[in-house]
Order: sequence, then C-alpha cells, then structure tokens
Amino acid sequence: MFFLRLVFKNALRHKLRTSLTIVGIVVAITAFGLLRTVIDAWYAGANASSSARLVTRNAVSLVFALPLTYTEKIRQVPGVAAVSWANWFGGVYIREGNFFPQFAVDPPTYLDIYPEFVLSPEERKAFVMDRQGAIVGRKLAERFGWKVGDQIPLRGTIYPGTWTFNLRGIYDGATKSTAESQMLFHWSYLNESVKKRFPRRADQTGVLIEQLEDPDQAAAVSQMIDATFKNSLAETLTETENAFQLGFVAMSEAILLAIQAVSFVVIVIIMAVMANTMAMTARERGAEYATLKALGFGGGFVALLIFCESLLIALLGGLAGVALTFPVANAFRELLGNFFPIFYISDETVALQLGAGLLVGVVAAAFPAWHAARLRVVEGLRAVG
Amino acid sequence: MHIPFTYIVRNLFARRVTTALTAGGMALVVYVFATVLMLSAGLQATLVATGQDDNVIVIRRGSQTEVQSGIDRTQAGIVESLPDIAVGQDGQRLVSKEPVVLINLPKRESGKPSNVVIRGVTQNGLALRPQVQIIEGRMFRPGMAEVIAGRSIATGFRGAAVGETLRFASRDWTVVGVFDGGRTGFDSEIWGDAEQMLQAFRRTGFSAVIFRLADSDRLDAVKETIESDPRLTLEAKRETAFYADQSEALSKFINYLGTTISVIFSIGAIIGAMITMYASVASRTAEIGTLRALGFSRGAILMAFLVESLLLGLLGGAIGLTGAAFMQSMSISTTNFQTFAEVAFRFVLTPGIVVAGLLFALVMGFVGGFLPAARAARLKIVDALRAA
Repeated sequence: MFFLRLVFKNALRHKLRTSLTIVGIVVAITAFGLLRTVIDAWYAGANASSSARLVTRNAVSLVFALPLTYTEKIRQVPGVAAVSWANWFGGVYIREGNFFPQFAVDPPTYLDIYPEFVLSPEERKAFVMDRQGAIVGRKLAERFGWKVGDQIPLRGTIYPGTWTFNLRGIYDGATKSTAESQMLFHWSYLNESVKKRFPRRADQTGVLIEQLEDPDQAAAVSQMIDATFKNSLAETLTETENAFQLGFVAMSEAILLAIQAVSFVVIVIIMAVMANTMAMTARERGAEYATLKALGFGGGFVALLIFCESLLIALLGGLAGVALTFPVANAFRELLGNFFPIFYISDETVALQLGAGLLVGVVAAAFPAWHAARLRVVEGLRAVG
Repeated sequence: MHIPFTYIVRNLFARRVTTALTAGGMALVVYVFATVLMLSAGLQATLVATGQDDNVIVIRRGSQTEVQSGIDRTQAGIVESLPDIAVGQDGQRLVSKEPVVLINLPKRESGKPSNVVIRGVTQNGLALRPQVQIIEGRMFRPGMAEVIAGRSIATGFRGAAVGETLRFASRDWTVVGVFDGGRTGFDSEIWGDAEQMLQAFRRTGFSAVIFRLADSDRLDAVKETIESDPRLTLEAKRETAFYADQSEALSKFINYLGTTISVIFSIGAIIGAMITMYASVASRTAEIGTLRALGFSRGAILMAFLVESLLLGLLGGAIGLTGAAFMQSMSISTTNFQTFAEVAFRFVLTPGIVVAGLLFALVMGFVGGFLPAARAARLKIVDALRAA
C-alpha cells in the first residue's frame, strides 16, 4: 500500500507536467488508433468479401471487358452454383467531387449471390421490375438526401451521355463491413443503349461473379474456368473475391506503407516526450532516491518506483486515448465517409493502442530507472536540484 | 537591455539530454511534414513536366483520361486535317493518333499486380515528345511484336527489362529498349507500334489524338473549332493542363492527409517543448530572480525564454529537414486514383517546403514556449530569490 501511495504522490507532484504528458500521450494514442483505422478501412473491402465467391475478369486488365456469352460456359463448370455479372459505370453525379461507385448488374442473380445487401421484398420486386430502376446503400442515400422514387441523373465518363435512373430501393448492409455507399442498376438498361450507339461494345461486361458450391474448391474451379477460355479472344483471370479486392489495395500499397510508418512515428515522438519527462523527474529527485537508499531500500525498489510512475502516467494516457479514439473516429467518418465507406475501430487496433501505451511507459522509464538504481548514496545526496 | 544570446544558447547546451529529446520530437514532426509535402510536390512536378506547352491532346468529351476515351478513325481523321498543326523537319504534320490501354503486370519485387499504361505511338509521337530518349537497347521496329519500356517500368515490373518478354493480348512482346522520359509520367509507360497495338487489342478506334500547334497562342481558336464541330464529340486541352489535372486528386489527398497528421503530431511535440520549458523555468527560479535584481526587465526575461524555445524549434526543424533532404534520392511508385494507372515519382524538396518546414518548427517552439516564458516573466523578484 505504502508503495502504491508513494507512486501516486510522486506522479501527482508536478500536476502541470503530469497532465501535459498525459495529454501528449492521449493525442499520440488517438492519432495512432485513427491512422490504423484508416489503414483498416482500405482493407475493408477485402475483409468483407466472401470466400464462396470468385471473380473473373479479362486477363489483360480491368479495362477490357468479357463477352456475356461466357456466363453460359461458366455455368457448366462443375462446382459453380450460380453466375452473375457486374460492370463498372463510372458516372458523375452533378460534379466530380460527388464520387461513388456504380455498377451495372443483373439484379435477380446479383442479389442472390450478394445476400449482404438487405432489401425489403417489395423494394426488391420494384427494382427487378423497373428496367431503369436502381438501388443505393443507406449511407449513399443519406449523403445526397435521396428517397425512393427519386430520379438520379448521372453523366457517363466511360459511357457518354446523361443517364437517368429511378431509385427503387435503399439497401442496408448485413454487417457493419458491408459497403453501403454503392449504387446498383440494370445492366440490360446500359446494354440496350450501348447496342444502339456502340454496337462493338454491346453484350459485354467487366467482371463475372461465380458462387461456389464449396469454398474449398476455389482454386480448382478458378483454374477450370480460366482453362475454358485459354487461347480465346478474351482470356480470363479468375480469383477469389478476396484476392480481387486485395489487388486494388495493393495498388495503393506505397501510400498504405507510408501511413503505417507514420503511425509508428507518432509513438516514437511521444516516447521522446515521455522519456524527457521521466528523465527530468528522476534528475530532480536524485537526492530523494539517495535518501531512500540511505534508509535501506535497494536499488531495485527505486527502479520499480520510477517504472511504476511512468507506467501509471502512460496507462492513464493510453486509456484516455483509446476512449477518445471512438468519438474522433466518428467525427472523421462524418467528414470523410465518402472516401472510406467502411470505417470502424477494430479490437486489434485497441489492443495495439494499449500495447503502444505500455511500451512508451516502459521505454521512457528505462534509462532513469537504471540510472537511479546505480546511483551512489553520497553522489545523490550531494547533488542539488 | 537584452539578455545575451550566448547565455540562452548555453542554457540549451547545459541540459543536453532534455534538449536532444525535445528537439528530436519536433524533428520527427517536421520530417513527416516535409516528406509529405515533398511527395505531393514530386507528383505534381512529374505530371506537369509530362505535358509540352504547345502540344494539344484531344479526347472524347467527358472522358477525363486517355484510357476512358475513344475516338473513331473518322473523327481522328477530321482532327488530323486541322490547319493549325505544325509541320516537322521532314515535312510531316506533327500529329499522333494513339491507342492507350492499361495492362495488368506483376511488380518485380512483390509480384503483386498493378495497372501499367501501354501506349501505341508512331514516329510522329516521338517527335512530339522530345524529352523522351532511349537509354538502353533500341527503338521498336514498326510492324514487329516489340515494345520499349519506361525507366520506372523496366526496373519495377517483371519481364519489362531489355531482352525480357511481356505477354499480353495473346501475344509475346519482346522488350527491345528502355527509354528515359526525363522524370515525367512517360517513365511509367510502355510504348509500342500504334497499328500493332490496335490489332492486338482488337480496337478499331484510338484513345487520343495529340498534335503540336504551329502557333501556341492559337489554342483557343483550335479548341473552338474542335468543340463546335457537330461531327466531333471531342474535347481539346493543352497537354500541360491535361497532365496537371491528373495529379490533382492524388496530390490533394496526400496533402490533406499529411497536413492533418502533421498538425496532430505537432500537438505532441508542442507539449514536449512546454514540459521542457516549464522545467527549465522551474529549475532556474533563483537565477531568474537574480537577473531581475540585476535590472533585466520582465520583457527581457520573456524574450530570453521565448528565444530559447524558438531555438529548440529551429534545431528540431533543421534536423527534420536534413532527414527529409535525404529522401530526395528515393522514388515511390503507386497507382494514381484518377487514371487508375501506375505512376512513379520522386520526393522533391523545394525552397517553399524548406521555408514551410522551418516556419512550422518555429511555430511549435513559440506555442510551446510562450506560457512557460510568461510564467518566468511574471515571477516576483523577492519570491524568486527566496526559492533558492
């Protein structure tokens, strides 16, 4: 008890210094948590993917389409339960800053393969029935204040002209990692118009999506699909949905690595600040430590005293930092939710934050503790201030 | 009367460990701040340099990038016959009709795929870009399955060095040369014969038409001609503006992210400076009392501590910028959100960034030092002397 009281009293001796240090740690731990959450948000698409789905695209690159006739051939591949398709639209809503993903899909098959897009039976029916219909995620609808029945005009960048869609439903994500900021509409609506204006580009789609009977067969089935179209005009590349999504993440890998590196830099900065605090504290108390030693307490006791004080401060800061991360992340989501449709703090991030707090406490105390433990009584008593 | 400058400097030196730790914290913040600005400056420099001022690029209206664009042969022909196009040395009109597509290639180190721009060019296309030089191997021969790779692609992607082969569009292509685009976006492209590319990718139209203006000032007139022609669904842009636009989103993103991070980090560093300066004031209370008794004014004391803190900031800023300067030898390669294609660029340290970094460090020093300096200045002579 005596020991703990001493630690507390020591920590509170310089109230201003201790509170400043704690504030510093809070800021650093919060920033660290936020940066890790940003990185997680990047991987969110891949994490949300199902292992029971495969994505087939043109082997050259996503810029090249696949003929729709491939769906029939793929349906015959053993292990494939269902096939659907999707095509990136790349439309602009009013101005370019309003970016959100739009896909032209085959509604009945697509919604069956993606059960995580939850739609009421009435809305689903209305969407499937209306060739010009579209559905959007809850977040996207909130962003632009859309209601069911609204008309949404998009200016095409890949498909020239203005396209108008009728909003027939607003879907919810089954889990918090489901993207709620997409728009889906009828591929046939797109194709109809493309057929008239650019006959060469008709009856094609960007990717084909296969539902597997058994997720363990992913590798075998994707090989079989690619073998079917080997040496054809449009060779395919089939991979799991996860690998497909990770391919996008890998493109920005250099930036992700930089953010990751920077998230550690903030910990190093706060380590320097905290180490400074502890070094100053220990220096000022040289005479006290010498007195304790003269009274018969060992070097280990003095070292433990410093370690506990440092850990106490770091943990207080760390806990407050973790607590603060949640409201800050919420504000961040409000502000930048358009860039990061899926943005939440993972348990791993919280654990890492606490770990970083502990590490800062230990590292900051290491040198002063070692120094105080070895301090000779005579020298310590002689030193003033 | 002022407190001598050397006195202030020596105070910093007397408390070496604390000074080093505090300045170190600030140095890291300035380092992060500067490298981020360097990254965004490098990206802009690379893409702006890609365009030539008297070149005009024509793409389909609303298509934003070359890859999204499509121009059929009839329309390309109309553009090609515009009267304002410059004539080259051999009497040929300087116009190039180019197919531009993306292909997926694995990176040399990680094996992870990324999108690379592949451009079909003609002899004219080379004349339009005088900054491009072959540095290894030779030029591709028209009509052959040969390509040349930009410097960053040759080193960064599998199968893209001289003598290696790339497989795309159901064919094997031999890389016969490496070209240096003079630190422009072309360093991140692969070039081949335009007609070969059209056949291989089964395209009937081009992606972009690029030509040189005979008179650079005639841009607006040419733009007007192209955009008002009812047969054309195209838009024309000066090449420099076209490429500068492509750096906008990514460089904005890097800038926002970097500035936000730097500001948050600077709070930590400012607190570090504050703790140091408060401790410095506390341990020198008697000294401050003596200085006051000797006749130095409150203002002089305030100045002395502020200068000490500013020096701390300056030291941190200088160390951080030195560290950042070493980053200039590095380059980074990532996907540009706007074009969806790989682009390689260097960290570029501009004088503006140096000034911004130092200012940032000084502000951190000032904010961190102001309250402690004010406390020192407010001390009463008697109380301060008694503290000893």
